[in-house]
Amino acid sequence: MRIPCPNCGERDVAEFRYGGDASKTRPTHGTGDLKQWHDYKFVFDNLKGPHQEYWQHVYGCRQWFKLNRNTATNEIQEGGK
Amino acid sequence: MAKGYSIFSLARHAMRPSEPWPEAWAKPEPKSSYDVIIIGGGGHGLATAYYLAKNHGVKNIAVLEKSYIGSGNVGRNTTLIRSNYMIGGNTAFFEHSMKLWEGLSHELNFNCMVSHRGQMILAVSPGQVDAFARRGNTMRLNGIDAELLDRNEVMKELPYLDYSKEARFPIYGAIHQPRAGTVRHDAVAWGYARAASQLGVHIIENCEVSAIIKDGDKVVGVETSRGKILSNKIGIAVAGHTSHVAAMAGLRLPVESHILQAFVTEPVKPIIHHVVSWGAELFYLSQSDKGGMVFGGHIDGFNTYTQRGQFHRIQNVMECATTLLPFMSRMRLLRHWGGIQDMTPDGSPFICKTPIYGLYLNGGWCYQGFKATPASGTTFAHTIANDQEHELNKCFALDRFEKGKELDEYGIGNWSYKQ
Repeated sequence: MRIPCPNCGERDVAEFRYGGDASKTRPTHGTGDLKQWHDYKFVFDNLKGPHQEYWQHVYGCRQWFKLNRNTATNEIQEGGK
Repeated sequence: MAKGYSIFSLARHAMRPSEPWPEAWAKPEPKSSYDVIIIGGGGHGLATAYYLAKNHGVKNIAVLEKSYIGSGNVGRNTTLIRSNYMIGGNTAFFEHSMKLWEGLSHELNFNCMVSHRGQMILAVSPGQVDAFARRGNTMRLNGIDAELLDRNEVMKELPYLDYSKEARFPIYGAIHQPRAGTVRHDAVAWGYARAASQLGVHIIENCEVSAIIKDGDKVVGVETSRGKILSNKIGIAVAGHTSHVAAMAGLRLPVESHILQAFVTEPVKPIIHHVVSWGAELFYLSQSDKGGMVFGGHIDGFNTYTQRGQFHRIQNVMECATTLLPFMSRMRLLRHWGGIQDMTPDGSPFICKTPIYGLYLNGGWCYQGFKATPASGTTFAHTIANDQEHELNKCFALDRFEKGKELDEYGIGNWSYKQ
């Protein structure tokens, strides 16, 4: 799999670190409701199909970015931004 | 259907080659309703159906498999069995599994080729030797076999490892579980399928579930590619697609689907007589009865439902193999493949009830699904039949993260990419 880095262009997946589901919203700082933190931290939609996720170009520019990838095919639908 | 495999039936069929072996399990048409439906005809689903029929006297059971029996993870793992676990909840469960493996071929009247060749986990630092000593002591207190070997003893048992001064990770010793070993995984699928079928379980292949039908907060049946099938009790055992199937009932789970690759080399004469694992990296290897080295490492590290692995992980696993076993640099890789496995935040599974009445969950097996198959089957069958968890699986509950009761034995959940 090759991943388009917004700075460096398309590179092999080995240069990147995966950062998980990017569609989740982190609860506001200071939120006391533990259920919200539990759902944010431990529960996943784990979609089979289009998935928005974080990647970091660790062996390149080290930038974090969002990527749309289809988890059923590994097809990259939209480049990093 | 074939009943009673024995030396006599083998001889009879050898004498009369024109008479083909009967099918190992029946291929019935699905009925319109069952007492229990198990979604997923893998090792865990078939074992659950078998123990539901045998231990709990449930007569009317269907196992729905979207492809053919043996096509999923039960035929994609590296066939290892072991019970060298340390934390409460895991020790008793996996030891129960090991005891069932010991008698499985007789239980199923099917030769599963259970081989107790022993597992060696190699320590690569003095600290790791101490950690292994603690693990071994905990295991022995729980009645599980374990012994600690020093470097010289390891050199006698595993003379082919790299013991040179240049070794990247020097070997300080090993923890050995003599009863660990390997099992022929296809035979486990076929054996459970045949034994369940003989007890009247309907094994329905090429039957993909597309929806779970609910009435309020109860399940009442499933829509499948072979029509609607009703049941008040439905068990999910579809490792890899657990989130996908659970979402049909409106559940979101602490599960991510990741690909784990496995590898086999060309066959060579017997050299490796144990299961060999490594303390420096997640790496495990055994030599199959055909002679091929069967081995694997970490997951690729990002969510995916494709069964195609990435090259950088292949390279990483090969580096582990050649670092630990230098002779492997001269071997050729024959095949490699991927399986989709459920990764949970703590690396431990779920065998439990769900918030939906009549819907039961078996999933989240991470790296350890195959070795758990018999215990998973007995405890999941108990949970479904009695609508209550068995003593051995009550730690594998869905709400354990809410309650702060994680079972993080190795810290190898789906966090590997977050470290």
